[in-house]
Amino acid sequence: MAAVLDIVSWVFVVGGVVFCLIGGYGLLKLKDVYARLHAASLIDTLGVGLILVGLMFQAGFTLVTAKLVLILVFIFFTTPTATHALARAAINHDVLPEVDTEEERELVRSTKTHTGTAE
Amino acid sequence: MIQAIALAAALAGFWVLLSGYWLPLIIILGVASVLLCVFIAKRLEVADREGHPVHLTVPGLNYFPWLVKEIFVSNVIVAKAILFGGVRPQVLRVKASQSDELGQTVYANSITLTPGTVSIDVEDNHITVHAIMDDTADGLRTGEMDQKVCKLMGDAGPQSGSAKA
Repeated sequence: MAAVLDIVSWVFVVGGVVFCLIGGYGLLKLKDVYARLHAASLIDTLGVGLILVGLMFQAGFTLVTAKLVLILVFIFFTTPTATHALARAAINHDVLPEVDTEEERELVRSTKTHTGTAE
Repeated sequence: MIQAIALAAALAGFWVLLSGYWLPLIIILGVASVLLCVFIAKRLEVADREGHPVHLTVPGLNYFPWLVKEIFVSNVIVAKAILFGGVRPQVLRVKASQSDELGQTVYANSITLTPGTVSIDVEDNHITVHAIMDDTADGLRTGEMDQKVCKLMGDAGPQSGSAKA
């Protein structure tokens, strides 16, 4: 039984590691901020998710597992906010995505918000 | 009121899970912390329908597994695109048919959480989205997620008309 749990646990952890690696590779390879956000989201959804699930199999029905579930829940609620904040910061500093048409670029530019009076 | 009770219950559960101790002193400290937090949340008026949406718990049991499945599928699609090509960044606008800000927030967050699409801006019932490839952009254009979120929120939804509650 312990061996089976170990194997299941390893499958999840290795799966998570694979997604982290692909995400990291994408982070280096892709062209602009916006495309790289997508690579990063591989890491903080399935990458982190699978690793945490794998660790839950290691911990069994203990308080540790409950804490791992909480970590997962908080990551799911906070990463979209961080990703969105990054995209907004890029737009507000006139970093526009590399897309095919000028209209799409204009669409992004039009969402720029003027915040604060610094400068 | 129901939000305050639910918040207190959630905080109490959170405390017990994180501490794991049943000593009288620790429990008393926990109860005091929970009461203080609920009091502050009440004063800040964040323990309301929007800040603590307990009414979404039951519909969420239907929506959340679907979202996880969706995240899984797009993870594989985006991973493939990164490794073997197929990346074509694009910007699109999709309709957010939800009737209130909470629904739109859930929708926009779901879009961002799903790899391959990031919501950039929300205005006038439309969400501006940056997608990394045709697949993920088209998946969003079908409006399936929009409908699911409407259903989660109990809204009429885009095309379902008046028959749907």
